[in-house]
Amino acid sequence: MYIYDNYDQTMVDERVNQYRDQTRRFLAGELPAEEFQHLRLRNGLYIQRLAPMLRVAVPYGMLSSKQLRKLAFICRHFDRGYAHFTTRQNVQYNWPKLEEVPDILEALASVQMHAIQTSGNCIRNTTSDQYAGVAVDEIEDSRPWAELIRQWSTFHPEYNWLPRKFKIAVTGAREDRAAVQVHDIGVRLIERDGEVGLQILVGGGLGRTPVLAPVIREFLPKQHLLTYLEAILRVYNRYGRRDNKYKARIKILVRAMTPAVFAAKVEEEWLALKDGPETLTAAEITRVKSFFTRPAYAPTGQGQAVLDAALQENFAFKAWVTRNIKAHQEAGYAIVNVAMKATSIAPGDVTDEQLEVLADLAEKYSFGEVRVTHEQNVTLADVRQDDLYPLWKALCEAELAAPNLGLLTDIICCPGGDYCSLANAKSIPVAEAIQRQFDDLDYLHDLGDLDINISGCMNACGHHHVGNIGILGVDKKGAEFYQVSIGGSANTNAALAQILGPSFARAEIPGVIQQLVDVYLQRREADEQFVETYNRIGIQAYKDRVYA
Amino acid sequence: MPKIIKDNAIIDSPLAVVQPAEASLACSNSLLPLAFYLAHQTSLAGRADIGVWLQADEAVEDLAPYLSDLTVIALDLPQFGDGRAYSSAALLRQRYGFTGEIRAVGDVRRDQLEQMQRCGFTAYALAPGQDEQACLQGLAGFTFNYQASVDKPQPLFRRRA
Ligand code: SF4
Repeated sequence: MYIYDNYDQTMVDERVNQYRDQTRRFLAGELPAEEFQHLRLRNGLYIQRLAPMLRVAVPYGMLSSKQLRKLAFICRHFDRGYAHFTTRQNVQYNWPKLEEVPDILEALASVQMHAIQTSGNCIRNTTSDQYAGVAVDEIEDSRPWAELIRQWSTFHPEYNWLPRKFKIAVTGAREDRAAVQVHDIGVRLIERDGEVGLQILVGGGLGRTPVLAPVIREFLPKQHLLTYLEAILRVYNRYGRRDNKYKARIKILVRAMTPAVFAAKVEEEWLALKDGPETLTAAEITRVKSFFTRPAYAPTGQGQAVLDAALQENFAFKAWVTRNIKAHQEAGYAIVNVAMKATSIAPGDVTDEQLEVLADLAEKYSFGEVRVTHEQNVTLADVRQDDLYPLWKALCEAELAAPNLGLLTDIICCPGGDYCSLANAKSIPVAEAIQRQFDDLDYLHDLGDLDINISGCMNACGHHHVGNIGILGVDKKGAEFYQVSIGGSANTNAALAQILGPSFARAEIPGVIQQLVDVYLQRREADEQFVETYNRIGIQAYKDRVYA
Repeated sequence: MPKIIKDNAIIDSPLAVVQPAEASLACSNSLLPLAFYLAHQTSLAGRADIGVWLQADEAVEDLAPYLSDLTVIALDLPQFGDGRAYSSAALLRQRYGFTGEIRAVGDVRRDQLEQMQRCGFTAYALAPGQDEQACLQGLAGFTFNYQASVDKPQPLFRRRA
């Protein structure tokens, strides 16, 4: 993973000092609250319903064991013993004290971490594919490109006061695990005539106006990445709407101008920047790539045999391997997903002890690194096949072996009304009620891939528009209701879910999900997944059942 | 006379922003609105006691033909959270090669000065209530920056040792 040198470290250290001074001035009454609000947001600090919430950046989801241990330390010393993995591969703390945040930032800086630009109307943490560098369907590792974007966007002086927040995602695989079509900018590494270049999408997003991003540049030679981003951001900073925060995202600008006119405007701006100083040099690309080389794989040659024997013996292990393990580029190795979705625990929540366990297991079995996924799970990317069984046993002890990756109970869920002051409704208890309703593992495995995504309000932090089933908290005359949608997808063939009809009370939701699942079970053909059946038969059959 | 920060010092500046309704050729020591300036450019040419100010949504491109005639361009920040002036300043420097003063006017506060400076601002007429001495400290930014900017035209990756 990327390792800071003196330049990177100095920037992060100086930011801690700067923020410490801003906090001091606020507490001393020298900085008005409405001004401090913008400054603290740019360092990830929200003031929530119950307490402040601090969002820590995890660039493209990568964490080392050392960093995990520091996160655990912060849980214990500054919070209530747990943290939360977000849908943008970040980590949140729900109970920090405002006056202690500078100390938390100092602790983070000691392990090359920070909370820079994790909130506010600026360029946020760049996200990527959790299987980058190990996925079998990879064209090129996306992480060096995400790191180059991280550096370029960090404290960019021209884009710190954008009309609205701005999110960039990068993918280098054939299957899109980074949801690039629902980001402000999506970057795809693609191959054309034997050359790998960049395809640029602009103006996707969820929220009130969900849009899939159009491609505005089919193929960009890689050295132009930063000048091209600069052109997009400059057009947005100058022309994006600032009169209405609900119309301020770049997707509205792209739509108003039309993608073709927007692309032409960017092209014009880019021609003036092209080949300028931000043009990437071969030396810089090589330097950044050198941090993402393949680890020293040492397969024993016995991996498959050892694994097969263990699979024969243990049915629970087999269920976990079937769901949670993915194929690896290197023979004898596997990608392991640790699903953080045990019933009765808020999706994505993790205790200090679990963080320590993950750190230890990563060190023992996966070269000391993990990745946070946008499904709020954790990936150990480089595990030897012969180590899968002992790893699974260790995960079982830590209650981290839920074999439900990608299943109905692997729910993506925002913090909702339990924590978030913007919420219309709670989301965590809805997830739990669904998990309780569907507690038969064989049944769940038979259902197969089915994403349920829950957001507590229109802001869509739980990505409900791209869930196979989406649940959105709505306010109906002061009462909490839930709108259900169906047919969304966040992968390569991204699709926005359609609203089923009138919303439901919370207690009705598990029953509604059951009815939707029943329609699937009755109508599915051959190996169709839930969303494929929906795509074939359309929404009416589901409406008829639910509103009968 | 109002005080501004310029070139890292607190100084007096006679130049005051003139609103569109008050603008006339009789104004002296003034920052005139862009539209008025463009309409009267020939009569104003060569006047050393005036400059131009732009609202956040006005295009610096319109001034391009007259830049050699100007010593001061002011860019307005209607709120400190409005980032358009940063792009205007960067364009004036990087694209149009303007070497005169670029002054921030409007809601100009301490914690933004460092970013403004990096985009090419050289003078700051502070918002009411800002402490000038404290703002001078606000100009000091980070030791290193990743990206190319007006004050450091080469990005860090071209300078990294
Ligand atoms: S979707 Fe709404 S309720 Fe949920 S975390 Fe985001 S803002 Fe809060």
